[in-house]
Amino acid sequence: MRHIISILIENEAGALSRVSGLFSARGYNIESLTVAPTNDSSLSRMTLVTRGTDEIIEQITKQLNKLVDVVKLQDMTEGEHLEREMMLIKLRASSLQEREEVKRFSDIFRGRIIDTSDDTYTIEVTGSSSKLDAFLENLTKITVMELVRSGVIGIARGEKTLSL
Amino acid sequence: MFVRALADEGVDILFGYPGGAVLHIYDALYQQEEIQHILVRHEQAATHAADGYARATGKPGVVLVTSGPGATNAVTGIATAYLDSIPLVVFTGQVPTSLIGNDAFQEVDSVGITRPCVKHNFLVKDLADLTETIKKAFYVATTGRPGPVVVDIPKDITAERGEYHYPAEVSMRSYNPVVKGHIGQVKRAVELMMTAKRPMLYTGGGVILDNASDELTEFSRLMNFPTTNTLMGLGAYPATDRQFVGMLGMHGTYEANMSMHHCDVLIAIGARFDDRVTGNIEKFCPTAKIIHVDIDPASIAKNVKVDIPIVGGVKAVLEDMIKVIKGSSQQADKDALADWWKQIEEWRSMDCLKYDQSSGLIKPQMVIEKLYDVTNGDAYVTSDVGQHQMWAAQYYKFDQPRRWINSGGLGTMGFGLPAAMGVQLAFPDATVACVTGEGSIQMNIQELSTLKQYGLPIKVVTLNNGYLGMVRQWQEFFYAGRYASSYMESLPDFVKLAESYGHIGIQVTKPEDVEGALREAVKVRDRVVFLDILTDREENVYPMIPAGAGLNEMILV
Repeated sequence: MRHIISILIENEAGALSRVSGLFSARGYNIESLTVAPTNDSSLSRMTLVTRGTDEIIEQITKQLNKLVDVVKLQDMTEGEHLEREMMLIKLRASSLQEREEVKRFSDIFRGRIIDTSDDTYTIEVTGSSSKLDAFLENLTKITVMELVRSGVIGIARGEKTLSL
Repeated sequence: MFVRALADEGVDILFGYPGGAVLHIYDALYQQEEIQHILVRHEQAATHAADGYARATGKPGVVLVTSGPGATNAVTGIATAYLDSIPLVVFTGQVPTSLIGNDAFQEVDSVGITRPCVKHNFLVKDLADLTETIKKAFYVATTGRPGPVVVDIPKDITAERGEYHYPAEVSMRSYNPVVKGHIGQVKRAVELMMTAKRPMLYTGGGVILDNASDELTEFSRLMNFPTTNTLMGLGAYPATDRQFVGMLGMHGTYEANMSMHHCDVLIAIGARFDDRVTGNIEKFCPTAKIIHVDIDPASIAKNVKVDIPIVGGVKAVLEDMIKVIKGSSQQADKDALADWWKQIEEWRSMDCLKYDQSSGLIKPQMVIEKLYDVTNGDAYVTSDVGQHQMWAAQYYKFDQPRRWINSGGLGTMGFGLPAAMGVQLAFPDATVACVTGEGSIQMNIQELSTLKQYGLPIKVVTLNNGYLGMVRQWQEFFYAGRYASSYMESLPDFVKLAESYGHIGIQVTKPEDVEGALREAVKVRDRVVFLDILTDREENVYPMIPAGAGLNEMILV
């Protein structure tokens, strides 16, 4: 099953490699990993998406917790949560027909066209990973020139927080 | 400042090797007398010696090496300590901060290289952080599940001067190891034990690390449960006690492995269900409910499903268990236990460790038994890795913890001799024997020089069968006797070699000379006695569980 694990980690050099090293050393897979500072400058927040059986996910969370730099950890998937990922995508849009098609798709998925040139549109789409996947699947007739995804970030719904 | 911090931390012995990046530190060491520096001949030996010191004393072992090759040579020893959860603090010199990342002379990314084999590591970038980092290193290494910690210190930091303050204690918001186990879980565990018909106590190195042998022994006797130790746990429970059924696992006794296989309640304490213990995990303890006590939550339910997990220090949990048992209205099922013991005694009567001495050759098992007799079972025994390690584990009956010192997890050949050095330095009056083979001993034989320098009277007991014995045994069993590179040609004359280092070398070729040679060795107190004992070349370690088999599927002869 797919899990989104959020980690508060000491904002120190090497913290990221401790986490990524753990995954490669123990053979766990990472679908995406994002990391950035938080409102507390001494802490970074890392969000990683992984897949595995319940036993493997349990091991992953235990092993992550064991890292001395990890302050706190939450498996978002265990509760109600919001998930977002951003994608920037540059599409071939030369003919009028292509340009209309792209614009229509963008609207349907609540994307925003953030840059244009004579032959391209660049679109920003935000949502869950599955929404971004759906967007891509529907683009059958359009040429994707370049694509970048941010990786998933997540936050729990309601009162629940991952903070000190 | 660095040296003063170590002294304030209570470090008495430092194992190391100098080099460019640590010369300022060595200069400071030269000008003080609180800390004894032991100059090894190879950095790997420094880490093993510190490791041996830590295993024998329970105090952290401390190492100082230079940057680059100094650090990389130390890695094997660091990984050895990591796999066996031994507290080490290893200081590696680093090139000056201005040169880091520059491919400078003797530069490697020591923090990066050691990251996967340390509990934690630090790079000190500012003198102001130095003493606190040292304190944190000792704190992390020695608390919770212990392990090695590396502190990488650039040369310029050791040249600077600043205001000195060594913190009395340190706390880290991201690191709070548990000690006490959940009392509700302890009660549930005791209830389950009381209902057991065929209970089994399986205990490991965690008992020794947490100094909980007395508690374990009290607990085991209180319940009258059969008790087995892992390779790492030998000595945690007295081997000569009736309730002890021997070591378990790949080369464990018949009675220990059969008891494991047939038990209905398994109580695992400070042991981690290593693959050499479980055999085929699918066939492991098929009828047992499992209670697992471990300080490391990640060790629980890693390899096997556990019915009652208890996260906590072994000592504290055992103390609680004993209290709960004493206060309980329930009793262990005495009739069932009597039947269970009857069954176990039947298994024990197989006498799986018996061996044939009629060949006229020196049997390696006999050498260990003689070593036990000659040292009254009271020696510190270190070993290397291979057949000799298993024979030492099987035939030397350790009644006390911290006496059996071997590389169980990583299986590092070359561990034994430097580890013995660390033990002897901690206990100058004790008898310290290094049981080894002609293969392993050559992996750190240069330490004979260090042993001479410091006058350390280690007894090197080399079971020389001219083969990399364990490799040969596997090749005999599983590769149709194709002995690829397991034969050690061109062995040195170990007697002359020992003598050239200023030690005593004795070659033993007849069974009747073994005991005398050992007695001779034990008497010598100022140098190494190197016994080159030519043993039966074809002897194998039995019992043995082949790969993929269950604990009840042993090869006995």
